[in-house]
Amino acid sequence: MAKIKKKVKTIKVDADKCNGCRGCEIVCSAFHSTPRYSTINPARSRIQIIRHPLKDVWLPIFAGEYTPAECMGREKYVIDGKEYDECTFCRATCPSRDIFKEPDSGLPLKCDMCEDEPPLEQPKCVEWCINDVLVYEEREEEVEESVEMDKVETGLVSMIDKYGLDKVAEAIARISQKD
Amino acid sequence: MRYGETGYNLEIDLATGNIERVETDPKMLETHLGGLGTSVKLHWDRVPADVKPFDDENMLIISSGVLNATPAFSANRTVVTFYSPQSDLLAYPMMGGFFSAELKYAGYDKVIFHNKSPKWVYIWINNDKVEIRDATHLVGRGALETQDLIRMELNQPNAQVAAIGVAGENRCFTASIEQGRSSASRLGGGAIFGDKKIKAVAVRGTKDVNLYNGEAFMKEMKDMMAYINFRNANPIPDVMTILSGIGSPQEMVHTDEKWHTENFMWGNARTRRRGFWDEKIDEEFPRVQREGIKRLISCFNCPQHCGALVAYKDTPRYMAKCFGKLTYMMASYVDSMDFAWKTLQRATEYGVDSFSTPQILAFAVELIEAGIITEKDLKAGPTWSACPTDKEGRFLWLLDRVAHREGIGDVLADGVYYAARAIGNGAEAFDHNTIKRHEQLPLKLGTMDPLYYLMYATNEKISITQIEGNWPQGAFPTMEQREAFVKDWPQLPDDSWKQWLLEWEPRGEKAIPYFPTIDMCCNIVDWMEMLHNIDDACCVCAGMSSFCLKPPYHIHNYPRIISAATGLDLDETSLKKIVNRSRNLHRALNNRRGMSRKDEKPPQDHWKRRFPEIEENLMSAYYTFKGWNQDGVPTKERLHELDLDYVAEDLEKRGLLKDGQD
Repeated sequence: MAKIKKKVKTIKVDADKCNGCRGCEIVCSAFHSTPRYSTINPARSRIQIIRHPLKDVWLPIFAGEYTPAECMGREKYVIDGKEYDECTFCRATCPSRDIFKEPDSGLPLKCDMCEDEPPLEQPKCVEWCINDVLVYEEREEEVEESVEMDKVETGLVSMIDKYGLDKVAEAIARISQKD
Repeated sequence: MRYGETGYNLEIDLATGNIERVETDPKMLETHLGGLGTSVKLHWDRVPADVKPFDDENMLIISSGVLNATPAFSANRTVVTFYSPQSDLLAYPMMGGFFSAELKYAGYDKVIFHNKSPKWVYIWINNDKVEIRDATHLVGRGALETQDLIRMELNQPNAQVAAIGVAGENRCFTASIEQGRSSASRLGGGAIFGDKKIKAVAVRGTKDVNLYNGEAFMKEMKDMMAYINFRNANPIPDVMTILSGIGSPQEMVHTDEKWHTENFMWGNARTRRRGFWDEKIDEEFPRVQREGIKRLISCFNCPQHCGALVAYKDTPRYMAKCFGKLTYMMASYVDSMDFAWKTLQRATEYGVDSFSTPQILAFAVELIEAGIITEKDLKAGPTWSACPTDKEGRFLWLLDRVAHREGIGDVLADGVYYAARAIGNGAEAFDHNTIKRHEQLPLKLGTMDPLYYLMYATNEKISITQIEGNWPQGAFPTMEQREAFVKDWPQLPDDSWKQWLLEWEPRGEKAIPYFPTIDMCCNIVDWMEMLHNIDDACCVCAGMSSFCLKPPYHIHNYPRIISAATGLDLDETSLKKIVNRSRNLHRALNNRRGMSRKDEKPPQDHWKRRFPEIEENLMSAYYTFKGWNQDGVPTKERLHELDLDYVAEDLEKRGLLKDGQD
């Protein structure tokens, strides 16, 4: 497969600076609402603060790939004396937990780095984080070309996982006929 | 579609277990905005004037405000309203944290509690599913402890929980409602929770909150963010550190407490400890404060760091904010930050107000030393040992007795005013720091300050705490400093007021109590309190608005922000009218419960130098300025201007307003 240049977008998380305000969740859900900024709902946010205040855990996690299956095993991390629950560091939208799913439909959410036209200087959560917990970085890498699932396909795959291919195909056929 | 607000309240009858989700009248937003404003209206409409605080009918409302759950910075307060067991008036303690936003995401603006539960319960609100759940297993548990137990029990790590501790269960008049790093503390909301047998309210929400004009709203917030960054990088010069920044007083960040420790009156608001902050304290206190603080934390959508996670030695972890780090220690004269951190943890789990409670305990210590509280009150009881004689042990013993209402603690738990009268034998003379039966900030200064006189005497909050605000607390010594301060001051309602500050001198004819003049004082106080009332309707933290100098929120940007959130067509005049309506309704409600001019007096020793004639003129002028008669009751004309004719009618029927005498 051919090599292509790819822009790698990174958000560096300095979790020790997080004061737990959840401003990132708010602005993410606002930016991704339609029309833009029309609704606020942190449950729709593609960044979630994993919070256990008394354990001193305030950890921003971004929504990653959708996966239909749970992991075969789980890990518990103890870092700097703090025990993190299983799945804390995982970015996947998976059946084992509620986060990174649209609260009404259950469809998976994925951080898109606030891609927009014209492009934003930085993702909204980074802009909104006054305490510099989130820092945006970009670099170029050479990678092998591959086909990435776009948002529609990701959604369809999760629907198929949930309801089965036949039902989804039937629904699409029905909707197509209506149009 | 509703914007800013959700348009629904949750009405819970604790006696019958009936729960209803009730759509609210959109007109209420136009007339009373939300938060405290709409809650006051509900209390006026629904609760008869003669209902006593522990009657079934004493409704308790937990309310969010218009801007909670939106991207409005620091819109995170929750306002709890009820008739206070201490003042017998409508109280509205507020807490920061994360509760109100979660409540709106669950689809409700307010939770309204009616009647009493026959057994201990907690309420679980999860979007449309609302349950009254058994809480007998939580009785006796700490206020903070309970929150985590409920989260675990429900397997809901993201639920926000407001809970009471033992003090609330025992209906202590200074019992607080605790929630994460915050608490609604003043005037006994925890006691009303306890009376209704509500151990806690837990909420989790995953619904949308709508903005009317999101783009315009976000533009306002972007401008505000730039200003917050500017203010954080540029503290105001020439004022004490605690006033130089924005946010609620940054008590967890600042370690230099020379000003507070040396200027407040400690013990039972008794002793000013000049020279307290010596070399030893200057080394020990900041070190132990930092040792105890694991992380600085904020409330919902707030960039500041007013709170802290405290992990001190083997003391169970808790969260703290504001002034409690000093109040127990300084009230007890135990000069140790170690004692402060440990005592605050105990008090937080008990769930008591850290302003009133230390004063009550110090009042008891004075009575012990005066021989009014005697040996028989201090001996061992069925489940407790005798009162130790050392300062530390005695103070903690008294705290334990108060929280459990055991022995002498049962009397003290009603607060200084009622305890003094119950104990008698001269104890009344030791009640020297209450207004309207409520313990005040322990601050007794030299010369009567007319601005503070008005706020102490008349404000609905009955507490100077977080009422002082946008106007500097004292005159700047040099003209250069004054000019620098007024140069960049867009928050002022009127530019001509800058001249007042320029002319204001620390001493002489243009100093307090003569200047600012009575007319200026009326305007300044009304402005600061008006802003407070907007904050309380929106549930924006006063620390980013009415409480601090040159804040991000002010009368000029508030109408645009609220309009963009709600769709109301507001300008400064119409917004002022709404909050004036709310404040006058609140006042009328308290008048209806017996409050009048006779109650509006700071304690006699509040200032060393008093000016009875000026004070009398000041009050009369302020009442007239506000459109109140000389008893402090809003006049028929004033009520008519504010579309409150139904209130005038009610007050007339009760004989509080008389035709031709106003």
